[in-house]
Amino acid sequence: MNNFSNRIYVIGGIFVLVVLIFMIKLFNLQIVDDSYKLSAENNSQRQVTQYPARGLIYDRNGELLVYNQAVYDVMVIPKQVKVFDTLDFCTLLGIEKLDAIKKLEQAKNYSYRRASIFLKQLSSEKYAVLQEKLYKFPGFFVQPRTLRKYPRQSAAHALGYLNEVNNKEIKADHYYSQGDYIGKSGIELTYEKDLRGEKGKKIYWVDVYNRIKGSYRDGKFDKQPISGKDLVSTLDIDLQEYGELLMQNKKGGIVALEPATGEILAKVSSPGYDPEMLVGRVMSKNYRALVQNDSLKPLFDRTLMAQYPPGSIFKMINALIGLQEKVINPFTRFECHNGYHVGSFTMGCHSHASPLDLRQSIMHSCNAYYAHTFRYIVESPKFGSVNNGYDVWRNHVMSFGLGQRLGTDLPHELKGGIPTLNYYQKKYRRKNLRALNMISISIGQGELLITPLQMANMCAAIANRGHYYTPHIVKSIGKEKGVDEKFTAKHETSIDPSNFPSIIDGMEMVVTGGKGSTGGLAAIPGIRVCGKTGTVQTGRVDEEDHSVFIAFAPRENPKIAILVYVENGVWGSRYGAPIAGLMIEKYIRGEISNSKKWIEKRMLEADLIHQVDKNKKISQSNNH
Amino acid sequence: MTRRVSLIKNLDWWTILLYALLVFLGWINIYAAVYNEEHQSIFDISQRYGKQLMWIGAAAVLAIVILIVESKFYSAFAYPTYLFMLILLIAVLVLGRDIKGAKSWFELGPIRFQPAEFAKFATCLAISRYVTQYNFKIHKIKSLFISAVILFTPMALIVLQGDAGSALVYSVFLLVLYREGLSGIVLFLAFIAALLFVFTLLWPKFTVLLIIVCSSLIVAKTYGLKWPAFAKAILSLGACLALVWLVAKGLKIEISNYLILIISLGINAVPFLVHAYKKKLQNVAWTILIVFGSIFYTFSVGYIFDNVLEIHQRTRINELLGIETNPYGSGYNVAQSKIAIGSGGFAGKGFLNGTQTKFKFVPEQSTDFIFCTVGEEWGFVGSSFVLILLLTLILRLLFLAERQRSSFSRVYGYGVACILFFHLTINVGMTIGLAPVIGIPLPFFSYGGSSLWSFTILLFIFLRLDANRLELLR
Repeated sequence: MNNFSNRIYVIGGIFVLVVLIFMIKLFNLQIVDDSYKLSAENNSQRQVTQYPARGLIYDRNGELLVYNQAVYDVMVIPKQVKVFDTLDFCTLLGIEKLDAIKKLEQAKNYSYRRASIFLKQLSSEKYAVLQEKLYKFPGFFVQPRTLRKYPRQSAAHALGYLNEVNNKEIKADHYYSQGDYIGKSGIELTYEKDLRGEKGKKIYWVDVYNRIKGSYRDGKFDKQPISGKDLVSTLDIDLQEYGELLMQNKKGGIVALEPATGEILAKVSSPGYDPEMLVGRVMSKNYRALVQNDSLKPLFDRTLMAQYPPGSIFKMINALIGLQEKVINPFTRFECHNGYHVGSFTMGCHSHASPLDLRQSIMHSCNAYYAHTFRYIVESPKFGSVNNGYDVWRNHVMSFGLGQRLGTDLPHELKGGIPTLNYYQKKYRRKNLRALNMISISIGQGELLITPLQMANMCAAIANRGHYYTPHIVKSIGKEKGVDEKFTAKHETSIDPSNFPSIIDGMEMVVTGGKGSTGGLAAIPGIRVCGKTGTVQTGRVDEEDHSVFIAFAPRENPKIAILVYVENGVWGSRYGAPIAGLMIEKYIRGEISNSKKWIEKRMLEADLIHQVDKNKKISQSNNH
Repeated sequence: MTRRVSLIKNLDWWTILLYALLVFLGWINIYAAVYNEEHQSIFDISQRYGKQLMWIGAAAVLAIVILIVESKFYSAFAYPTYLFMLILLIAVLVLGRDIKGAKSWFELGPIRFQPAEFAKFATCLAISRYVTQYNFKIHKIKSLFISAVILFTPMALIVLQGDAGSALVYSVFLLVLYREGLSGIVLFLAFIAALLFVFTLLWPKFTVLLIIVCSSLIVAKTYGLKWPAFAKAILSLGACLALVWLVAKGLKIEISNYLILIISLGINAVPFLVHAYKKKLQNVAWTILIVFGSIFYTFSVGYIFDNVLEIHQRTRINELLGIETNPYGSGYNVAQSKIAIGSGGFAGKGFLNGTQTKFKFVPEQSTDFIFCTVGEEWGFVGSSFVLILLLTLILRLLFLAERQRSSFSRVYGYGVACILFFHLTINVGMTIGLAPVIGIPLPFFSYGGSSLWSFTILLFIFLRLDANRLELLR
C-alpha cells in the first residue's frame, strides 16, 4: 500500500461518470427522441421511394429530345407473401408460372424482409388491371418508375443511355440503391447529377393484407422528391437528323461546331443506333446485339473515340506555322514535279501546274509544297537543330487543341496523338533527327492521330482566325445555371490572326476556285464556303482511302465549322465535300437549293457498307 | 514467506461470474446480429456465432492454463513476454496481411491472429514490472522517460500497421501512472488539451484565445490573486489592447483582432514575468507559461489536424463535432448505428427482432458495432444493463487491485481495469455518437478470437495474481 490509495476514488469516479453520461445519452436516444423509432415499425408501415422525374433534354431551338414515360415495377417482400392464386397472378402480369416461382426464389435469396423487384417495367395498361386485384396478393406492391423516351430517335451517341446502377456505383455514391437508373454515356452520364434530381420517400401504414391504410403520421416523415433539372443542348436536331441521314450506310463521323461559341451543332457517328433500343426491358438484349453481333460497332462513338490521321486538311496547320515562323510568305513558290523528290526519297503528288504559291498549294492540295514548308520550319537555322525545330512545330500544333483531350462535356473523349521528339528518336534510333524522318506528317499522314471532334475544332480555330472555345454540347442547365466557365474561356492558338487571310483565301479557292479545285461539290450558291479536302491513306492494300473534308461558312463571321470523315470514301472530294456542303446549307438556309438536289440524292443513295466488295478498290490504276 | 493456499478457494469467483455473463451475452448478441432464417443452428461453424462459440471454448481452456501457471512466472517473465510481443509487432509489418487498410494480421491457413491485441497484456506486464522496480521514482525524469519508452514503442509499431485506434489504447496508462503517484496536474493538463483540441476545431481561433485568457484570469483570481493585483492585471491588459489598436489604426496597418490580442498579451507578459521572478511568485509564472503554451498548442492542433491526420480520421472527428454532416457518406455508420439503438426504445424489440441490424443497415454489426444489436433488441433496459455489468466488472477490478500486497499485482490490476474502461468508452461512445469512429472492440462482446483471447489473458493473469495475493509481496 502506498499513500496514493485514495486515488482509486478519482479513477473510479471517472469511470462511473463516463458510464453515467452514456446512460443519459442512451436515455435520450432510446426514450426521449422519437425520430429514431421510425424504422422500428417496419412491419406495419411501408416506405415507398418517390422517384423524381429525370430532367428533360431539349435541342438549341427548344425541340424536345428526351422525356419520361411512366412504367411500374412490381415489388415483393417475401416475408409478407401468403399463399395466392398463382395462375391468376401470372395471367395478370403475363408471365409463366415457372418464371414467377424462380423470381420469388431470387427475391428470397436477396432478402427475406426487404423489398426487391419482382417484375420490371410493367406498362401503364397492365398496371391498371393489376391495381384492382393487388389486394389479393399480399407481399406484392407496385413502385412507379420512369423510362426515357425519344421523340426524334436521333443523336443516340450524344444523348447517351441509362442503365441500372451496378454495385460499384452504389458503393461510390450512397444516393443510389439497387434498381436505380444512372446515366452510362453521353449527356446522361456527364450531367447525371443535374438530371437525376433527388429521391423522396413516402411512408404508409399498411394492414396485414398489405393494403395502404393511410399516410404515416400525416406525412411528418415524408419527403417530396425534387425533379431533375432540364437541359438545353447545343444540338440542332434537324441538322443532326439530316447528318445521320446523309451518313446512312457509311462509316465515319460528322462534327459541326458554332465557331463563335464552341457549341456542338451536330455530332454524327455512323453507323449509329436508335436510342429507343437501349430503353426498358429490351435493353439488355439489344445491347448485347449491338456490342457482340455487329462488326460495325454502332455503340462506338467515332466522333470522340476514333483516332484517324487527318490527311491533307492538316496542311493548313503547316502553312500557318510556316507563316508564323516566317519561313514562307503567301507568295513563296515551290516546284512540284508529280511529287517531292530528295535523293532516293519520293513523296508522290498528282499532276497540277507548277510552281504554285501558298493559296494555289491549298487549292491543289500539293504535297511537295508542304514537304518543303515543313522542312523550312524544322530546319530553320534560328532553332539550332531539327530537334528544336520539331519541338517548336509540335507546340504550335498542340495550340490548336490537337494531341490532347479538349475537355468537352461528353465522356470517353480520346486524346489522339502528335508524335513526340522522343518517339521519333526511338523509332529511328538516332538522337539528332532529320526532317525526312517525319516528313509524312507534313501532309497529315504517318503517326498523326486526331479525333473528328479535334479536327472540327481545328477548323473552328481557323474560322475564328486563331482562337477556339472548348466544344460542348450543353447550353444551359435548369432555369438559371448557364454553361460552365471553362466553355466560355477563349483559347488562343500560337498563330497570329494576321497569318490567316491567305490560308482562308486558299480554302475558299478549294471550293470555288474553278478548274483544279478539289472541293467544288461543297459549293453553295450565295454562300462563301471555305474548305479543304483530305484523302487519308489507310495503309492497307485491301481498303480504300478515307474521305475527309473540313469547311466553314460564311467566310466572314462564320456560323458553322464542320468536319466530315467518311471511312473508305476514296477521296475527300467524293463524299466529304458534298456532305459538308449539304450540311452547311441545311444549317444556314434550313433547306437544300434545287440546284443541289442531285448531290443530295447521290449522297443519300451511296452505300459504302453493304457493297463493300463491289466498291473495293474500283481500280488500282485510279488510285494516287 | 510463502503460504500454500488453495487456488480454487482464493480465486475471485465474482469476477469470473461477471466475465462468463458478459461473454455469454456477447455471444447471444453476435448470434442475433448475423442471424438469418437460412442458418438457424447455433453450432453452424460457417456462421460467425458458431465460430465465436469455438473461440469461447478455446478462451476457457486458455483461462485454465493461465490459472495453473505459477503466479511468479508473470512478473519474472514480464520483460521477455514484452520483447517477444514487440518482435511479433515488427514481424507483422513485414509478413502481415492487409485487411481494410491495416497491416495488422498474421494469417496461418484459416486462422487469423492480430498481435496488437496481445501486445496489450504484455505491455501491461512490462509497465507493472518497471513501475515497481526499486529504483523507479515517479518524479524522476529518467523513470518517466523509460515508462514512456515502454508505452510508446508498441504504440508506434501499431500506428505503423495502420491501426491508430488500437494504438490509442495505450494512452490510458496515464491513469495507471496517476494511481502510482503521477501528479494530478498532468491528468488535468491532458483534459485541458483534449478540451482545447475540440474548441480549436469548433470555434474561430479568436474565440478560443479569449476563452484561454478569461479562464486563466478566473483561475488566477480563484487561486489567491488579490483584488488590487487582479484589477491591475486587467487594466494593464486593457490599456495594452487599446494602445496596440490605436497604433495599428494610426499606421493604417490592417491587423486582425486576434493578432492585437496576442501582441498585447506578449507585451503584458514581460513585466509580469519580471515581477514574478523578482518576488519568486511561481504561480504567476506558471499561469503565464500555460497561457502561452495553450496558444502555441491551438496553433499546432490546426497543423496536426490538417497535415498529420489522414482524411478519414479528419472526417470522423468532423462528423463527431457536427462540423461536417453526411449521413450517407462518412457519417453513415454512426447515423445508422444511432437509428438502430434509438429504435430500440425502452425495452427493445426483443431477441432476434431487430430490423436495423438484421437488414445490414449497420456495418460491422458483429464486431465494432455489436452494441447496436444490444441497443436495438434489448432497448434502454438491456443496454444500460450491459453498461452497468461492464462497469461493475471494472470497479471490481479496481477494488481487487487495491487489496494487493504486491505492488506489481496492483499496477497490473489497474492496467487491466483501465484498458477495459478505454475500450468501453471508445466503442460504446462511437455507437451513440459521443466518440469518433475508432475501430476497437467492445470487451467480451465483439466478434473475434483475437480480441476475446486477449481480454481473457489480460483478465485471468490478474485473477491468478490476485489468488496469490497473500503469498506475493512485490
